Amino acid sequence: MRKRIKYYNILVASFFIITLSGCATPAGKAFETNESQVKLRSIQTRAFDTTDKKKMMQTIISTMQDLDFVIDKADLTLGSVTGSKFLGQAVVTMTVTVRARGEKQLLVRANAQYGISSVEDPGTYQDFFTALEKSIFLTAQQVD
Amino acid sequence: MKKVSGSLKFLAAILLSLGVIGCASTPKGFLKPSEGYLEKRQLQIRQYDTTNEEQIISAVAGVLQDLSFTLDESETELGLVVASKKADATSKGQIAGAVFLDVLAAFGGSYSNNAARCDKSQVIKASVIVKPSLEGKKTMVRVTFQRIVWNMSNQISRVETITDPQIYQRFYDGLSKAIFLEAQQV
Repeated sequence: MRKRIKYYNILVASFFIITLSGCATPAGKAFETNESQVKLRSIQTRAFDTTDKKKMMQTIISTMQDLDFVIDKADLTLGSVTGSKFLGQAVVTMTVTVRARGEKQLLVRANAQYGISSVEDPGTYQDFFTALEKSIFLTAQQVD
Repeated sequence: MKKVSGSLKFLAAILLSLGVIGCASTPKGFLKPSEGYLEKRQLQIRQYDTTNEEQIISAVAGVLQDLSFTLDESETELGLVVASKKADATSKGQIAGAVFLDVLAAFGGSYSNNAARCDKSQVIKASVIVKPSLEGKKTMVRVTFQRIVWNMSNQISRVETITDPQIYQRFYDGLSKAIFLEAQQV
């Protein structure tokens, strides 16, 4: 019987180790990403054949509103829009930035966060750019 | 001895479930437009027969103040105004129900504290966008509301987007009045 208790103690201890270490978050972890910097950029960025930054930003805002986001901040000079939406009990925040690419194009980059994890799934960003394409009547081009 | 191993098993199960919940994964498809988004637009958007965006945006700021919101953020070039307001969220019915359940539990010999989970306060956030309409002859206003609700033990109990048409209607009634009043320089 003694042996059995010991065995359970070890079991409980190992559960503690697994549960606590599995989600350990030292400060450095805040800067970790699963994808490489280059790949992440290509997932999150598209180019559009327009130079009208203001109109692009207004379209981004209305697309985000269609997706149930509430706009928290926007800045025309920096070209950034930040919004948040509630999904059940989780909060999704997203920042979209617009900047010029050469003289004929605009680069749009979206950056989403779900709860405490950053979104790195290509399909999720593709959904956003598909919705944006429809509102602005322009094709989103993949950037290498 | 049987009892000890049973409770240990129970403890292990709790620890395991904690570990699994802690690392919950991100769902997919949350950046796709939902089916009812066109109806939502109708609820959230109004158009005004003017091209004077500045007039509309200052009326928006005015009506938000009328509704006792404070302005948090604005970018006039993009026509954005963000405002928020703290408000009471207690409902007598909810508290009465919770207290009744607690008393029932006490009679049954167990302890429960449903009253602590009742709504206490809320923050309502409004985000307004003013921009020219597609053909450029009118000005479009779109407002969206969110709210965060805290319970009696000061924990966030609910977060939600407000979809109640009455709240939107009240905002736009106020806006129409504000545009009129400001045109009359009141």
